[in-house]
Amino acid sequence: MAAVPRQPDLPPPAAATGALGWVRRNLFDSPLNGALTLLAVYLLYLVVPPFVEWAILKADWSGTTAKDCSRAGACWVFIGVRLNQFFYGFYPVAEQWRVNTCLALLVAFVVPLFIKRFALKQWLGAVLLVVYPVVAFHLLVGGHFGLAHVETSKWGGLSLTLVIAIVGMVAALPLGILLALGRRATNMPVLKALCVAFIELWRGVPLITVLFMSSVMLPFFLPEGMNFDKLLRALIGVALFEAAYMAEVVRGGLQGIPKGQFEAAAALGLGFWRSTILVILPQALKLVIPGIVNTFIALFKDTSLVLIIGLFDLLGSIQAANSDTNWLGFSTEGYVFAACVYWVFCFGMSRYSQWLERKLHTGHRR
Amino acid sequence: MSTPLAAGPTATPAAPAEAMVELQEVHKWYDQFHVLRNINLRVARGERIVVCGPSGSGKSTMIRCINRLEEHQRGRIVVDGVELTSDVKNIERIRSEVGMVFQHFNLFPHLTVLENCVLAPMWVRKTPRRQAEETAMEYLERVRIPEQARKYPGQLSGGQQQRVAIARSLCMRPKVMLFDEPTSALDPEMIKEVLDVMVGLAESGMTMLCVTHEMGFAKTVANRVIFMDRGEIVEENEPEAFFTHPRQERTKLFLSQILGH
Repeated sequence: MAAVPRQPDLPPPAAATGALGWVRRNLFDSPLNGALTLLAVYLLYLVVPPFVEWAILKADWSGTTAKDCSRAGACWVFIGVRLNQFFYGFYPVAEQWRVNTCLALLVAFVVPLFIKRFALKQWLGAVLLVVYPVVAFHLLVGGHFGLAHVETSKWGGLSLTLVIAIVGMVAALPLGILLALGRRATNMPVLKALCVAFIELWRGVPLITVLFMSSVMLPFFLPEGMNFDKLLRALIGVALFEAAYMAEVVRGGLQGIPKGQFEAAAALGLGFWRSTILVILPQALKLVIPGIVNTFIALFKDTSLVLIIGLFDLLGSIQAANSDTNWLGFSTEGYVFAACVYWVFCFGMSRYSQWLERKLHTGHRR
Repeated sequence: MSTPLAAGPTATPAAPAEAMVELQEVHKWYDQFHVLRNINLRVARGERIVVCGPSGSGKSTMIRCINRLEEHQRGRIVVDGVELTSDVKNIERIRSEVGMVFQHFNLFPHLTVLENCVLAPMWVRKTPRRQAEETAMEYLERVRIPEQARKYPGQLSGGQQQRVAIARSLCMRPKVMLFDEPTSALDPEMIKEVLDVMVGLAESGMTMLCVTHEMGFAKTVANRVIFMDRGEIVEENEPEAFFTHPRQERTKLFLSQILGH
């Protein structure tokens, strides 16, 4: 029997590859798309050059007072002069090393977690979650070990934003997971009802209401003399609020796990908690990384709402600076600066989540 | 309600003294629907049983009751001398002694093949990792895919995945293995590699209950073939007699449907 020879591999057609091919395929593949491409280019031409002119070419970069601003473009002097306040709020200058130390410690703990060949990741992670918060708390609040006490009302700026965002995220994720598991516990109707009630209650009210309640109304309900910190109350409010959102995101992930996974884990003799922690959650959380990060990003930006209960986070301290009579009329610069800072953090989270998704991809989805 | 078989005497091989799995008058309902009707089954240690029957006949439900993936509502199920009750510890203990292989493999996609195999030994049996990995490699060699140990399930073919699933179950050193249509989701050319592994397992003396339509497998390996229809055991016999001289009309009809082409 004569063998039929295999046909040779041929290169793909040239028009499908190369820069020109890409432009044709993506920008001008139909008359409508061609028109839209030209329109988009025109809009960019209208917006980008004036902005660059304002923000960079005609901007003032050096000086110390409002008189150093030519007013032809943006005056970044305003930001430069206020930078310390934007970062530390009213944290006493002499004590700001404590904030820096906290940040440096955080970076020192987190960076090794991203090194592939670092062997003690689990231990480091545990230290980060258990020891670091205690250390950071004592460093920031003080009152012990010869550190001066710094009231939380003096905290502010980006460092306060970070405190609220990080505490909110670290508390909301595990709490959300527990709520999601509770909501799925059909064999425990009371627990399920409690979880549903909690989630729906917190999801049904605006964060502003929660913050108002925590700072204005809660003290009325507490017994006389019992008063806890305003920041702490805001933190709890934010954490519980975001946990309710997180719970629904995680529940979506849990529902995406095929029944066979639960059955296979059970059939091997793994109990509820072990199958949940070892088999179900790793898959469910991976499935909803986009949703989790979405919630985190929303949380990060929502921290700016603490302004209304008198906490001066990044945006709050910028608004406070805007009303400085020596620097009237520079609010645009302030808000652009705020937008850039928020964007850097949120975009960072977004990129991280995409990297994480790729890293955790094990080729089972095609 | 009449159950033609349960009442009538069927010529089962003399039941050996030691029962590995025993079902006595087991009933189960899904809401109003009576899926299992008066199931009596005794599986001796080392015995290999093939369960067949049309779809919806309750065969999967029956073997899933043995490790409590489904709950029976009446009757007794005894596995290796321990009666299955609703006590969670008791259920987990029985599950750790009973291996199960599913139609859709159900490997854990986020873990490598080796991690799939060591997970339960490490967390249920508390076996140290090194020892669990050695055992896992032994079984992966037995199912002839040791070279895939570091891959993820998503990178393997269906037949390979099913063999990993078998190895994963064996790593718990179960006393009974349940197979729930292990070859039904496989492409034809992969069925043989899985059946070969199952035949090897049977030859090693494992107690096996297989729901399958692979009649060739039943003929070579089974001690007994059980035919189920509409929730009851209609007929059971040695494979030779079962295939050549079915006694019940329903069995004849079923056999003519699956063998007649």
